Amino acid sequence: MSEVPTAVLMKGITKRFAGVVANSNIDFEVREGEIHALLGENGAGKTTLMNILYGIYRPDEGEIYIYGKKAHIHSPKDAIALGIGMVHQQFRLVQTHTVVENIVLGTGNGLRFEEEEVRQKIVDLAQRYSLAINPDARIWQLSAGEQQRVEILKALYRGAKILILDEPTSMLTPLEIKELLQTLRRMTEEGNTIIFITHKLDEVTAVSHRVTILRQGKVTAVLETAKTNKVQLANLMVGREVLFRLEKPSVERGSEVLRVEGLEALSDKGLIAVNNVSFTVHRGEILGIAGVAGNGQRELLEVIAGLRPATRGKIFINGVEATRSSIRERINMGMSYVPGERMTALVPNMSIAENMILKSYRTAPISKGAFIDRREMLNLAQRLIQEYEVITPGPEKPVKLLSGGNIQRALMARELSQQVDILVAAYPTSGLDVGAIETIWRILLSQRPLGKAILLVSDDLEEILTLSDRVAVMHNGEIMGIVEPKEENLEKIGLMMAGALKLEQEQWV
Amino acid sequence: MIDFIVSVLTLTIPAGTALLLGTLGEVYAERSGVLNLGVEGMMIMGAVTGFAVTFATKNVVLGILAASLAGILMSLIHAYFSITLRVNQVVSGLALTMLGLGISGLLGKQFIGMPLPVRLQPVHVPVLSDLPILGEFFRFNILVYISILLVPLLSFFLYKTNWGIVLRSVGENPAAADAMGVNVFLVRYLAVMFGGLMAGLAGAFLSVAYAPAWIEGMTAGAGWIVIALTIFSLYDPTRAMLGAYLFGGVRVLQFRLQPLGIPANLLNMLPFLVTILVLVLISEQAFRRRIGVPAALMQPYSREEK
Repeated sequence: MSEVPTAVLMKGITKRFAGVVANSNIDFEVREGEIHALLGENGAGKTTLMNILYGIYRPDEGEIYIYGKKAHIHSPKDAIALGIGMVHQQFRLVQTHTVVENIVLGTGNGLRFEEEEVRQKIVDLAQRYSLAINPDARIWQLSAGEQQRVEILKALYRGAKILILDEPTSMLTPLEIKELLQTLRRMTEEGNTIIFITHKLDEVTAVSHRVTILRQGKVTAVLETAKTNKVQLANLMVGREVLFRLEKPSVERGSEVLRVEGLEALSDKGLIAVNNVSFTVHRGEILGIAGVAGNGQRELLEVIAGLRPATRGKIFINGVEATRSSIRERINMGMSYVPGERMTALVPNMSIAENMILKSYRTAPISKGAFIDRREMLNLAQRLIQEYEVITPGPEKPVKLLSGGNIQRALMARELSQQVDILVAAYPTSGLDVGAIETIWRILLSQRPLGKAILLVSDDLEEILTLSDRVAVMHNGEIMGIVEPKEENLEKIGLMMAGALKLEQEQWV
Repeated sequence: MIDFIVSVLTLTIPAGTALLLGTLGEVYAERSGVLNLGVEGMMIMGAVTGFAVTFATKNVVLGILAASLAGILMSLIHAYFSITLRVNQVVSGLALTMLGLGISGLLGKQFIGMPLPVRLQPVHVPVLSDLPILGEFFRFNILVYISILLVPLLSFFLYKTNWGIVLRSVGENPAAADAMGVNVFLVRYLAVMFGGLMAGLAGAFLSVAYAPAWIEGMTAGAGWIVIALTIFSLYDPTRAMLGAYLFGGVRVLQFRLQPLGIPANLLNMLPFLVTILVLVLISEQAFRRRIGVPAALMQPYSREEK
């Protein structure tokens, strides 16, 4: 049965970034005509490995063979010549150019641009793989799903036989995911080989023939998908029991802290991103906002935090209107905001201690008139480092030296050490490893008995369901409904995320 | 009246030609994502080199070629710093301007007040040049016609060819171009060098054709107007021509309107007022997005950035 020829063989690949080993002696083999899943957590080294195959990174050690022949891949150009195509997680498209212009980019070697011929070729390809697309549309006019089709067409147009897809479903709606998986099956029928990077177990079992699992830069297993199951995959991926059950004691719901009424806001492109959103958050509860990425969650949080103006509607903090308040005023009213891009809330080159007093430097005991009391500052930092389990060589080291999980812990420590009534947290665990996620979850849950309110936004439904007392689902800028995170509500939540269900306001909890 | 209009127009075109040449080059450089504030420096180096070589060899063509080369060499400094070393483009460009002004002053000292033995002569087009009134428009020198011909040529290249798509993609999203096998660094180097060549030509036009002489600092801010025109034109060669002739016209009018009581200084100031305004506007993010500034302008590119 193993007579199927090998399309890709990577042997002993090692890649280090500034002392961190991203890939350690990895062997990776893909057979011709299969869909091969590359499974692993964030930071396991999946993307790095594929960037090496596509020529974006150079491996420090190791060899690559394509269809049995030793390959020297120094740039994407070499990879393309070998019939390899890659769809990056962050699409690499020129937003202001048309679909045709994006697809021909870098092909053809000369002055002439045979637009009609190119268009015909694109239309033919699109039809063959049922990838419906308007060749004259500009990229910014397209949805995420359509942009992904352009990326796939780009690879096919260059004659790719081996297609790498990096987390292809992360930006898609459930329907688009179904279509994508169909396309992929279609492509293997035509003799193409597909490498599918993911951290979602459902997708592995749904579509792949074989799966290679990475953990912390090393291969932990290579399996036939048909002979495994999700529990085994999860254990191999995480290296321990996945579903840590957290204590979530019930807490009496207290008075209202944050109220949002009929909020409307525009996206960067000037389109309505937040549409007539209303909800409340109370003391002792976590309100989770679920939804497919890019449905207005980011804009909603920015409006509440004061980073983006509201075009309509009102915001109240502790009963006082704050719609037009400055960020400083909102902080003084008891709001705290932890942005999704955690580095934007810190000064990377300043020390951990200095970062921890970025908000409290103005007041005693840190502030001594025009001066900062450095001893007080270090005391505070030491205390927070212990309390929040930040692993660091010392409070005076620059914050940029910390790992993602420790940066997030330090940030949480700063935000929660203030007089906070409502914490607004965006994607607090994105990109973190399991251990760090667990601490962050504990920190968030520990705020409930203290009577603090939390507004949580995350792409990770698991996280929302685990932590929240109530779940609001956002689709296309609107709240589709607010429900309790119970097993029997899962289907409803899924439908609302896809925009297929909208609950009447009376049914909201 | 017709005489007045014709004379203003025939003076406007040469007055705007140096601006046009420089702007066409800068449009290409910025389309690739590299802002080069060194235009003034490259231009004046073109001017002094063009004058010196023409003076020494008594050959205008050699002078113009040498000026272009000088422009390219100057631009390579900026290319190396901003593309290879990924230094801040504003700092590197400003340094280039100061460098050019300084070196040209030093090299040109011996040529101050010297008459140029030869100069770029107007071409005589049979029949056309002899037409009444219209004939005035067919008695310019060859650089004027080259600059005009370049406008449709560069437009075509930018919008209708594969290479044009590559150039624009590199300026909009270098990561996308790189992933498609485009050599981002090469494209940017070539675009910046083209900008240098054009600025050198513009300088030569000034010193061996428009006002055949060497005067220290003779570009007198033309390089800065080029920067403004590049934005003003929304990075389009055709609009660059309109803008260049508009500012050329202002320059001509300032002498014509003086007898009517409008001080020359006022009009003289106008291009720079517009330049400042444009530079202020372009620093604003929302404005940049609206007018379609190349999205990766001023952003150095590196593949392995983590």
